[in-house]
Amino acid sequence: MAQARTDIGPPLYKDMLPPVIKENYGKWRYHEILKPGVLVHVSESGAKLYTVRAGSPRLISIYFIREICDLADKYCDGYLRFTSRHNIEFLLTDESKIDALIEDLKAMGIPVGGTGNSITNIVHTQGWVHCHTPATDASGIVKAVMDELFEYFTTMKLPAKMRIALACCLNMCGAVHCSDIAILGIHRTVPRIDHENLHKLCEIPTLTASCPTAAIRPNPKLKSIDIKAERCMYCGNCYTMCPSVHIIDAKNDAVSIWVGGKISNSRIGPRFSRLAIPFLPNNPPRWPEVVDAVKKLVELWAANAQPGERMAEWIERISWEKFFELSGLPFTDKHIDDFTLAQTTFRSTTQFKW
Amino acid sequence: MTEAKKTPLLDELEKGPWPSFVKEIKRAAANSPSAQDLLGQLELSYVDKKAHWKHGGLVGVMGYGGGVIGRYSDVPEQFPNVEHFHTVRINQPSGWFYTTKALRQVCDVWEKYGSGLTNLHGSTGDLVLLGTKTEHIQTIFDEISNFEEHPMDLGGSGSNLRTPSCCAGPARCEFALIDTLDICHDLTNEFQDYLHRPMWPYKSKIKISGCPNDCVASIARSDFSIQGTWRDDIKIDQEAVRAYVAEGFDIEGLVISKCPTKCMSFDGNELTIDNANCTRCMHCINKMCKALRPGDDRGATILVGGKAPILQGAMMGWVIVPFMKLEPGSGYQELKDFLEDCWAWWDEHGKTRERIGELILRLDMRNFLRGIGREPIPQMVVAPRANPFFFWWPEEVEQD
Repeated sequence: MAQARTDIGPPLYKDMLPPVIKENYGKWRYHEILKPGVLVHVSESGAKLYTVRAGSPRLISIYFIREICDLADKYCDGYLRFTSRHNIEFLLTDESKIDALIEDLKAMGIPVGGTGNSITNIVHTQGWVHCHTPATDASGIVKAVMDELFEYFTTMKLPAKMRIALACCLNMCGAVHCSDIAILGIHRTVPRIDHENLHKLCEIPTLTASCPTAAIRPNPKLKSIDIKAERCMYCGNCYTMCPSVHIIDAKNDAVSIWVGGKISNSRIGPRFSRLAIPFLPNNPPRWPEVVDAVKKLVELWAANAQPGERMAEWIERISWEKFFELSGLPFTDKHIDDFTLAQTTFRSTTQFKW
Repeated sequence: MTEAKKTPLLDELEKGPWPSFVKEIKRAAANSPSAQDLLGQLELSYVDKKAHWKHGGLVGVMGYGGGVIGRYSDVPEQFPNVEHFHTVRINQPSGWFYTTKALRQVCDVWEKYGSGLTNLHGSTGDLVLLGTKTEHIQTIFDEISNFEEHPMDLGGSGSNLRTPSCCAGPARCEFALIDTLDICHDLTNEFQDYLHRPMWPYKSKIKISGCPNDCVASIARSDFSIQGTWRDDIKIDQEAVRAYVAEGFDIEGLVISKCPTKCMSFDGNELTIDNANCTRCMHCINKMCKALRPGDDRGATILVGGKAPILQGAMMGWVIVPFMKLEPGSGYQELKDFLEDCWAWWDEHGKTRERIGELILRLDMRNFLRGIGREPIPQMVVAPRANPFFFWWPEEVEQD
């Protein structure tokens, strides 16, 4: 084998586009959702591109990839794409082939959906499959939640779109900080320090600088560090910097739930997700408490939101105090911000609901 | 191959209607000892409720400083085939469009040298090959970069420019106001050195969305969020508006009353938009895409600073450039100059592991704007400051 060619960059996207896209590139006129999971884009020339969107577990084998390639060869002249939420999209020009493709996908156990006012795929992370800092698993919870909410993937009966995301620690890789419902792994105990080895493995100034609340001080006597327990909120960033600071605590690591984030500028503009449930236990393999909490939040929102109202818009209309009343979720001292911009979240008005 | 261990907890996740990642790991495990041991180690994690990976891991390919995430099992005596289980990031084509040929050739290489498991795709956008040994990494790179058709390169990791990504853009969206795929491809190639050889205080990400719907979540997930926009009037097809209404579409309830600036009205016959007061949120266009289209004077708004919570709290990007023309074929020099100016200022002043958004907060917007040579404008803020603690530059006051 020849030596690697460096700095060649990604393959050219133009070589990956089906002819109908090349011919109508930048000339699309409008689109419609024909049914759950099926889009049609109509060009100014009248040309039509059909898209069939299918769910994927994201963590997939080469055998799965080859099977979807077989389908793309059979129905789409060998072209397909993936979405920014890890769904698969088959790109067709022949409308009459759509249902046969959907049947083949169903036979493989791959659902079609994720369009319009649905719950589409869950953006998620590595968890126990490949990461060293997680407080929970990713793939397992995602599977458990999507099994429970499956009907919402294959239908479009919700008031608006619902984006769910998961991150296994508060590095928050992915979209957890800006999703309608977010599932986030958290630690709850102060790291244990391996004083004997720390100076061999870690750079102490980097370590002290890694703490958002300045809880870490050097301990020159031990050539190590100390953590002021009362200032530590268990973010785990010191462990990211230093293997001698152990944050993972299987007895106490847990899951939190956040609501009301969004990205798009439509109507109210982007919003951060905010804390709804500070603690749910890690309960593999099905995380029933997490699944139940997410399902209840989806159903509460679906039952109360006006048409077109996403989670954030619904809560802003009814108020957070009503959100906690309606959801029955306890409001605790954990919900009140105490980081740098805390005061901006306090209520400086007499306007509130009983 | 080691004997397959029992996995009663993971077996539960083969049930149910959503496609199962456990099934995928088992499929790979049939031909791959490392996928089999991954399954075993993951079962152990489900029992112990914790990860079984050692901290960190530095591996890579000759000539690059990033692209591969090293990972080692902390229970290698039990699962020797995942003692090394490194991840290789491959730079995806713009918009994640593929031919089956491109994907199959990656599968063939990965079947030879890896676990057979992948992520399609990582959150930043890369095609992720999940699990191989150190000795195979260079070979994998040698082979993928020498594909006769669609040769591929590694994506980014470490304190560098990460792999840029973009929405489907003009390939399949009538809302696309810039050529997201071309911009993404062009920037990725222009800045190959920054991507492959980490040389910065920390990571830096670019994401490109064709319109303010922001389908790649650029405002939250990239330091440089480039979002298509327009400056002239929304184009209205009044016939098509009337057709929506005739079909029973609730234009008042679903469009007019939801406009954030209340700049729309419908008199039963004609739709009117006061474009000077429109903030281009996309809602009306989203709802009535057969009748309403973005204007023709197109470009992008650039927002800087988006990131996750570590260290100073989560940030969404904020407006620095309200409008920049980004014509296809132009070479995007103005955009490249802007990025270079920002990176130069950040590289000069940033502390270790300080994202550009955090640096701007630490040294203040006024210093950032001076540093990159841009004037302050009201579009950069939602409101002016409410405290009187503002600075003057020495040249703005009389000196003795």
